[in-house]
Amino acid sequence: MPSAGLYQWLLMDGYGWFVWPSYVLGLLVLLFNLAYPFYRHRRLSMQWRRRSGSRE
Amino acid sequence: MLNHRLFAVENVYRWCGRWLPWLLALSILSLLLGLVWGLYIAPADYRQSEAYRIIYMHVPAAWASMFLYLVMAGSGMVALIWRIKLAEMISMECAPVGAAMTALALLTGMLWGKPMWGAYWVWDARLTSELILLFLYIGVMALNTAIPDPRKAARAAAVLAIIGIVNIPIIHYSVVWWNTLHQGPTVTRFGAPAAHVSILLPLLWMAAVFKLTCFVSIMARVRNTILLRYRQTQWLQKNA
Repeated sequence: MPSAGLYQWLLMDGYGWFVWPSYVLGLLVLLFNLAYPFYRHRRLSMQWRRRSGSRE
Repeated sequence: MLNHRLFAVENVYRWCGRWLPWLLALSILSLLLGLVWGLYIAPADYRQSEAYRIIYMHVPAAWASMFLYLVMAGSGMVALIWRIKLAEMISMECAPVGAAMTALALLTGMLWGKPMWGAYWVWDARLTSELILLFLYIGVMALNTAIPDPRKAARAAAVLAIIGIVNIPIIHYSVVWWNTLHQGPTVTRFGAPAAHVSILLPLLWMAAVFKLTCFVSIMARVRNTILLRYRQTQWLQKNA
């Protein structure tokens, strides 16, 4: 059972429906901004290595 | 003296490979700390209660959206005048990150507006000028992808970015020049900021975290562009 303090914190004094989606949106945007170029770099490097390997 | 060779594409690619993983880890750790500070440690506001916590996402995103536009237009200007390839790349990679920050500022602003003003959206000068900023970013991205030659595309998009810079002071001063529903300057006003230090410090921390994540994202995107454009060169074959 979650404690009353945690429940109050999640409720955000009745503004939880506005506060939590803001943070979820913010986190999604920031993490996507960070992760996507690294993921793309990995894919590009792998493609490039595969191509240069097949040429040899 | 700053050596211009530091900004050569080869050196930037090497620098990104060495430092970006560390900066990525630093961004994630500082973001986690900022979340705990903003959501848990910072006290509730006496007027807006817990709803004010949205500022820790909204304000840094809005600041980053304007700052990135200045970087985009500034590096676009450098690219147009001195034809520096790196400046072209930075200018064009600022656009998607800046557009994401603008969209985030608008969406979190809507989520803040509903409990405070009773409406998700009003055609207020601040909101409208921020929406125009989003359209400018989209325009720059569209122009950049519409022209097949990447260097010509970057130059054309840089011209649009420079023209759009007029919107930045309008966004910033809209709450001073016009009677708006959006609150006036709190942190950047002359004299002491209106916010208490216990609320202000996590806000400044989150603003720094947003700028750091944007920097990491832009440099990682620039590295990808270098990899795509220079994959045939010898130095890249050695470093990749």
